[in-house]
Amino acid sequence: MNNSVIDIQGITKTYVNGKLKVPVLHGIDLQVQKGDFVSIMGPSGSGKSTFMNILGCLDRPTSGSYRLNGNEVANLSDDELAYVRNKEIGFVFQSFNLLTKLTALENVALPMVYAGVDKKTRTARAEALLSSVGLGDRMDHLPAELSGGQRQRVAIARALANDPAIIMADEPTGNLDSKSTIDVMNIVRGLYDEGRTIILVTHEPDIATYASRNVVLRDGYIVEDKQNLNMTPVQEVTHV
Amino acid sequence: MYKESFLMAWASLVANKMRSILTMLGIIIGVAAVIALVSIGNGVKQDIQNSISSLGSNLLMVMPGAPRTPGVRPTAGSMKSLKVADYEAIAKLDGVKAVSPMTNGTYVVIYQNKNWTTSVSGVNANYLDVNNWTMKSGRFLSNKNIQNRERVAVIGKTVAKNLFGDEDPVGAEIRVKNIPFRVIGVLNSKGSGAMGNDQDDMVIIPYTTAMERVDGIDYLRMLYVVAKDENGIDRLQSDIENLLRVRHGIKDTNLDDFNIQNMNSIMETMEETTGTLTLFLGAVAAISLVVGGIGIMNIMLVSVTERTREIGIRKALGATYFVIVTQFLIEAVVISLMGGLIGIALGIGASKLISLASGMSTVISVPTIVLSFAFSMAIGLVFGIYPARKAAKLNPIDALHYE
Repeated sequence: MNNSVIDIQGITKTYVNGKLKVPVLHGIDLQVQKGDFVSIMGPSGSGKSTFMNILGCLDRPTSGSYRLNGNEVANLSDDELAYVRNKEIGFVFQSFNLLTKLTALENVALPMVYAGVDKKTRTARAEALLSSVGLGDRMDHLPAELSGGQRQRVAIARALANDPAIIMADEPTGNLDSKSTIDVMNIVRGLYDEGRTIILVTHEPDIATYASRNVVLRDGYIVEDKQNLNMTPVQEVTHV
Repeated sequence: MYKESFLMAWASLVANKMRSILTMLGIIIGVAAVIALVSIGNGVKQDIQNSISSLGSNLLMVMPGAPRTPGVRPTAGSMKSLKVADYEAIAKLDGVKAVSPMTNGTYVVIYQNKNWTTSVSGVNANYLDVNNWTMKSGRFLSNKNIQNRERVAVIGKTVAKNLFGDEDPVGAEIRVKNIPFRVIGVLNSKGSGAMGNDQDDMVIIPYTTAMERVDGIDYLRMLYVVAKDENGIDRLQSDIENLLRVRHGIKDTNLDDFNIQNMNSIMETMEETTGTLTLFLGAVAAISLVVGGIGIMNIMLVSVTERTREIGIRKALGATYFVIVTQFLIEAVVISLMGGLIGIALGIGASKLISLASGMSTVISVPTIVLSFAFSMAIGLVFGIYPARKAAKLNPIDALHYE
């Protein structure tokens, strides 16, 4: 037995499009230890997003074994997977995926609604989380009233709602300008420093330098996996 | 958990006011149209039934009939074959409770400087009971009035209003064809008849006076015969037929110079007609319900399907299948319920308004309300939940990538 948070053996994923089978992942092995900061790089079409969705329990692999905290994910029911997504993994999307009709505060509180947290507690926690990402004065704004960087910070606050041990971010800075990118990566780095396990998908080498370990995917295979001893620290941002 | 689901559903409905209102509109219109239309159909049916049954179902009407001989055939009722002696003979038959003869003419009736053209009927003392009339004030014609051919009159409400206004007509003198009559009573209002005619627009005088002094005729326009009991009505009808044939010397029944109408058969005919009407309105209502249903279906399908992405986000954040389906179920229930209730209120309101504005009576039927409400509820629920259920079953990532 190993003590990996994430233990993946021979994961494959094949999309069936009519009669056409499109294999995307060809058998991936990966172990992630608690407190790791893993970046997954690769050109588009390398399968990194597909891999990420499987890691985040948003999708199921075609074959192979995925153990999360020692539990085989394939054996979990849909409701148990929902519990995992709710409590154990915080997911940050490239396109934010905020609910447009809810305010920033309500968006952040939503995972706590599903976790059964009472209204008073979850409002207080959502307020604290938004303040910690620098949006204390934007809590009652709708996503449409926020900039891209602010939306992504709301999304990060939402990912932290139920205090998950693992944060997964799929190209979190893909839609952001350079200043917002630094903002968001500083926050992510802060989460690493808190001891959370972080998995980050990106295609920008600059972003990958924030991680402690760089994995490169190509055509559905892991082609490189090395430690990064020269992690980018928290950057100074000059807010105008 | 249910409270949270309810609050979430409510928040979603409020956040999407336009969508919620449009969806409700389909239900509102469907339910309201059905209730209003069926209430009109039922109202017409009830009006006709009431005015027919107010005459009583043990009533026979004897009219002089057109002879069935070759050549010119005068209109039924225009013949002069029905005499007072016929009336007296019929009155003596077994099974007859009451008989009232009737003559009829249209004259100008004058009171002081006011005049009113109305129908003047000559009847006997039985007429009040035979036709289910009641007195508003004064008294009806007495047998003595009839025997003595007195110049006394009972007037209907419309005539009283037009000639006397707020004055009390009883005791006043009116002139019919320049002959003075003393008003001895006013009838209670009966409203419109089955054909929409104003039954209160008439003056009633003794038939003896009418024949001799006003109309100047020696025949009757009609006889009302009331049977002692409803079951004996067919036998009484044939008794009258036989009696009149003997009296008029008719051997061939095809040559009858009279015509007897039975209220039951009239009622049956009218019921067939009104039944067709109700069926027609019901069909129109059913179509609007189906069209409304398709509207509900469309909006529900489209609005829930376009929210597949939202469902994906909610699932990605840890919402279970049950939580999502509960939220959409509550949304659909709230929309259908509110739409249905508003539709019922609007339908009842519309039918009251129609009866106020047009004078038509409308009868709101509870089964119609229940049926239309249940139908729209069912459609709203099925098409609100079905697509949500489908989306909630998807992998979160498939729902998120749904276009």
